[in-house]
Amino acid sequence: MPNKTFFWFFLPTGLAMILFIGLPIISTGIQSFYAQHDQVVKEVKKCDPFGCTVSIVVDQEKTSKIREEKPLGKFNGFGTYVDRNHLAIEEIGKFWNETNSFGEFVDQVTNLPFYKALIFTLTYCLFVTPNVLLLGFIIALSLNAVTRRIRGPLIFGTILPMIVTPLVGSLVLFWMIDAEGIIGANLQMLMDDPYLSLKSSKTLTWITIIIYGIWHHSPFAFVVFYAALQTVPQEPVEAAIIDGASRWQRVRHIVLPHIYPVVTFVALISLMDNFRVFEPIIGFSAEGSAQSLSWLIYDNLVNEEVILFGSAAATSMMTIVGIAILLAPVLIRTWKEFRTAR
Amino acid sequence: MRETNMKKILISLFFLLFGTSAYADCNIKSGSINILANDFPALRTFVETAKGCKGSADFKVTHSSEHNKIAVPALTANPSEFSARIAANSSIVPLMNQDLIRPLDDLVKKYGKGIQDSQLITIDGKIMAVAFMANTQHLYYREDVLKELGIAVPKTYEEVVAASEKIRASGKMQYPYAAAYKAGWNLAEEFVNMYIGHGGEFFKAGTAQPSINNAKGIATLNMLKKLAGLSNPDYLTHDSEAIKVEWESGNVALMTLWASRSGTLLDDDGDAKITAATKLTGPATVAGGNIPAATLWWDGFTLAKNRSDSDAEATFRALAHAAANKKMVADAADQAVWLIEGFKPGPKSIGVIEAVKMKAKPYPMLPQMGLMHGALGSEIVEFLQGKESAEQALKDVEAAYMSKAKEQGFL
Repeated sequence: MPNKTFFWFFLPTGLAMILFIGLPIISTGIQSFYAQHDQVVKEVKKCDPFGCTVSIVVDQEKTSKIREEKPLGKFNGFGTYVDRNHLAIEEIGKFWNETNSFGEFVDQVTNLPFYKALIFTLTYCLFVTPNVLLLGFIIALSLNAVTRRIRGPLIFGTILPMIVTPLVGSLVLFWMIDAEGIIGANLQMLMDDPYLSLKSSKTLTWITIIIYGIWHHSPFAFVVFYAALQTVPQEPVEAAIIDGASRWQRVRHIVLPHIYPVVTFVALISLMDNFRVFEPIIGFSAEGSAQSLSWLIYDNLVNEEVILFGSAAATSMMTIVGIAILLAPVLIRTWKEFRTAR
Repeated sequence: MRETNMKKILISLFFLLFGTSAYADCNIKSGSINILANDFPALRTFVETAKGCKGSADFKVTHSSEHNKIAVPALTANPSEFSARIAANSSIVPLMNQDLIRPLDDLVKKYGKGIQDSQLITIDGKIMAVAFMANTQHLYYREDVLKELGIAVPKTYEEVVAASEKIRASGKMQYPYAAAYKAGWNLAEEFVNMYIGHGGEFFKAGTAQPSINNAKGIATLNMLKKLAGLSNPDYLTHDSEAIKVEWESGNVALMTLWASRSGTLLDDDGDAKITAATKLTGPATVAGGNIPAATLWWDGFTLAKNRSDSDAEATFRALAHAAANKKMVADAADQAVWLIEGFKPGPKSIGVIEAVKMKAKPYPMLPQMGLMHGALGSEIVEFLQGKESAEQALKDVEAAYMSKAKEQGFL
């Protein structure tokens, strides 16, 4: 496609992207550099059905004047980024000096909310993405081998986990693993431990969420791989069969190289999706044991009675940076291939 | 000062005061009413009663247990999505902080006939809300189980622990105790209750500096952990609704739960044997303290500032009609401890009345309390899971709170 045609073709999408993705990101970025003005408080008498007390309230007259002058808030620079609830630069320095062993240092750092969330997010990505690719590929290969007559219903059954809304899917599993649920109760019997709870143990919660993630995302990889498998040319495959190549050899040397670009694509999308893991944490009520970066943003925006816009914006920006870093190797590789292809 | 007020509440709670039978005037001609409220039976009754008075005004209501998440953004918009918000001691604070609700003095003067003085929430001399019901968390127990094992009704949390251990040892129930320990708001609320029961203060006097990392804080955490050990192992995922279900399945013999939930526990749904054996008592004390390890709550209505005066007027008239409605209070006496004139407390109100008698403290209405509550909800989890010491957990809470309070300009 000539560049000019491509430009006009892309223009509507590009405009929509700038409007609905670009501008909000810029606005979020600006927001992350601001904090609330210093609160002007005053002592007042407060009476309710249970009696009167002297208490503190925010002085609206003075506050509204400050707010009108600078509606964005107080410029904070990278203040929010480096505070204890985010990168915690100062705290990490302190831990480094105060702790005696590296293990203790790591313990202290992973106790900080941002790093706790980052570790869960990365663990989730690293376990879910490869397994999704592998499982999706295996299912695609097997389905490609069954007779055409039953393929339709089988495909439908396979993509069901993707059709089910994430929240509903995780809730169903959540009830099944309850100490009174079918999986939970049977596990207790099997392990002979009446106190075993998949929900209260951190490790088991992580494993549950990761398994759920694989279950939920595999169909996507499957669908793409299955489509790609339909384009594998038959001649080289037949030639390989005549040459006596085993099934594995055919997959390894003909099928995989052919669908390689698609694998990269699925890996990219999966990584991005998994880095933003959020719904299963809510669905499994796993806030206590597993927090992801997206969950931190949600927590700052809705879980407090006070909305922490600065914090949420800072975490959002760092999530974007995180995704960029994670995707960098794949993107660089794609770019290089694109260059050599030209 | 406090003493006389306490008396006033007790009087209003205990005695049916005959006299003026004035209902709010319901001849509303215009305006649009849109109410945001939490979702439990008493509030539904209250809003329904207000609806009966809407006249020709437009009437809408949103009942949601996620009301806290919607309130501030919805009321910040101008004009605000809602004309009224049913709030409680904690949820009125963010509205006050952001200056989102209007003083009600004029409206109370004009249309507030029948609303008692004790129902008015005044801050700095201005009426900001009209309360209509009281709430607290208190103990529920299974009379049959306690009787069978010869256990007296517990009055302190130490006794709750002992009783639960005895029930467990008897083999009757594996997890005899339940409370809403779901990580987040619920868990933090349990900490607040227990810490107040220990006589703790959340902030250094007159400042927003936290002060929970002390012996009382540690004792609070240890008590919570002991109770958690007697609860279903999934306790970190259990909210009020979940423990209600546990109770109705007969898995639990002792429970700390909201008074406002007693109605659904004692209704005809579910196992009649369990319902018959479900008894209510006051909140427990802890560590030899006099005041209960519980906080008193009021629910009341506030009016949005960013809404036209005519809408505010219509909304106030409809809600005031419900907030001074003796018929509603008599019909729905089971649903709540109403602060409205004419309320005769029944057996389901024992918890709140005992709490008031025992001089329970109201939930602290400080501008920065929401941040502390939020920090507690996430940072004490690891202690309960046994991954962290009590000191470390409290240190984390303070640190998490400080960063948030700095961002919000409180420190």
